[in-house]
Amino acid sequence: MKHLLLATTLTAVAMFSGHAIAQSISKPAPSPASAYPLAPAAGLYQAFGEETGIRLLMNDFVQRLRADARIGDQFKETNLDNLAKSLTDQLCQLAGGPCVYQGPDMKAAHANMDVTRSHFNALVEVLQHSMDARGIPFQRQNQMLALLAPMHRDVVTTR
Amino acid sequence: MPMTLLSSPRQRTSALTLIAAATTLLAALPAHADTGKLLLTGGVSTVEGAAGGGLSPWAVIGSQATEGEIGASAFVSRAVTRDYGLSVVGAAVGLQDRVELSVARQDFNTGITGTLLGLPGLHLRQNIFGAKLRLAGDAVLDSDTLMPQIAVGVQHKRLQSSGLDNTLAALGAQRNGTDLYLSATKLFLAQGLLVNGTLRATNANQNGLLGFGATLGGSENGYRLQPELSVAWLLRKDLAIGFEYRAMPNRLQAAGQAAGLGNGLAADDWKDLFIAWAPNKNLSLVLAYVDLGRIVPATTNQRKQTGTYLSAQLSF
Repeated sequence: MKHLLLATTLTAVAMFSGHAIAQSISKPAPSPASAYPLAPAAGLYQAFGEETGIRLLMNDFVQRLRADARIGDQFKETNLDNLAKSLTDQLCQLAGGPCVYQGPDMKAAHANMDVTRSHFNALVEVLQHSMDARGIPFQRQNQMLALLAPMHRDVVTTR
Repeated sequence: MPMTLLSSPRQRTSALTLIAAATTLLAALPAHADTGKLLLTGGVSTVEGAAGGGLSPWAVIGSQATEGEIGASAFVSRAVTRDYGLSVVGAAVGLQDRVELSVARQDFNTGITGTLLGLPGLHLRQNIFGAKLRLAGDAVLDSDTLMPQIAVGVQHKRLQSSGLDNTLAALGAQRNGTDLYLSATKLFLAQGLLVNGTLRATNANQNGLLGFGATLGGSENGYRLQPELSVAWLLRKDLAIGFEYRAMPNRLQAAGQAAGLGNGLAADDWKDLFIAWAPNKNLSLVLAYVDLGRIVPATTNQRKQTGTYLSAQLSF
């Protein structure tokens, strides 16, 4: 019985911390940058080196995307410089920076593409590699990925 | 007092050497540059074969397969406690990130307990057939909601005939049983914290290795609901630490009292502290400190079965 109580207490502690995490999520208004917006973690924009750092990250990212054996072909017709600029605006805005993303929303942007869950995960991995290359700490990487991950609902077109 | 096979340092070393050799072999395989799940997000293999932590199943579907894919995994695990040893081998298939089918074979060396029962060298062997169905949610990507990934599972366990059959029959324990469980898994991505809660309906004694139920002394034989909790903290993309807690039924204690053994058959909940490492997408290694509580304490001076757990999983 004592152990059952302990297990129940541990469960309650875990659930409570979940509740606290939920309360820290205050949602800004949906935008083309993300229909599933979360409040960015404090200092996230600065941790990514502000707009300049994010642009450098995205320049690296689009090159890796194009070179990736799994999803590179999806970008063979893409103007990589424009893509890097657009992604920079998007991540900058999501991270709490002063940029305004002016491209199409994620659903419209991927409507004509064949994107599976595997493609989406591959893109996350490529982004992780780029963030590693930029020396962005793992916890900061996860804070950014948390802003991007819910987009799987709009980006993945082939279920 | 005779040394048991499993508590002998030489045996322990050879078992660990075998696992180390196997994992070195696996690590030497080229990293699989294919699509699939993100590192560690498919969980590892539990001692019962289902994907999850080490002791408790999670709502994740094992293997590297995501939607539209089929994947498979295989594992070998070994736990060495003060008086006993448990070896497990198993495999799982993941279908569309929706259905998981698993098999596992457990081999439990009863050590001193078998010797004191007049059955030296007694091993208890159990086959476990599992199925899991993801009902809803995405544990990893739905980071804007508290909604976890939810799955239901079933584990059918068949304990092989052994020298312990008559003892189990005398205690009123069956040799077959089926567990049902409901799991909820949530990765709090921004925090790098994974939490799983599992509620299991079971009548298994020591996860089935000591049979199912125990009617001696009039105790009923039905299912009990047992909570299980896993918490993992992602330190790096490829590294996680955490703990698990698995509540266990304790029916054998009452049956043991009826048999005049006092608390000699008491059981405790299972716990562990673990570190999991995925050197690449296809390989994960787990090292844990386990505390399985008392297991047939009448024969072990009431010792708690603490020890080491090591597991290697290959996953595609």
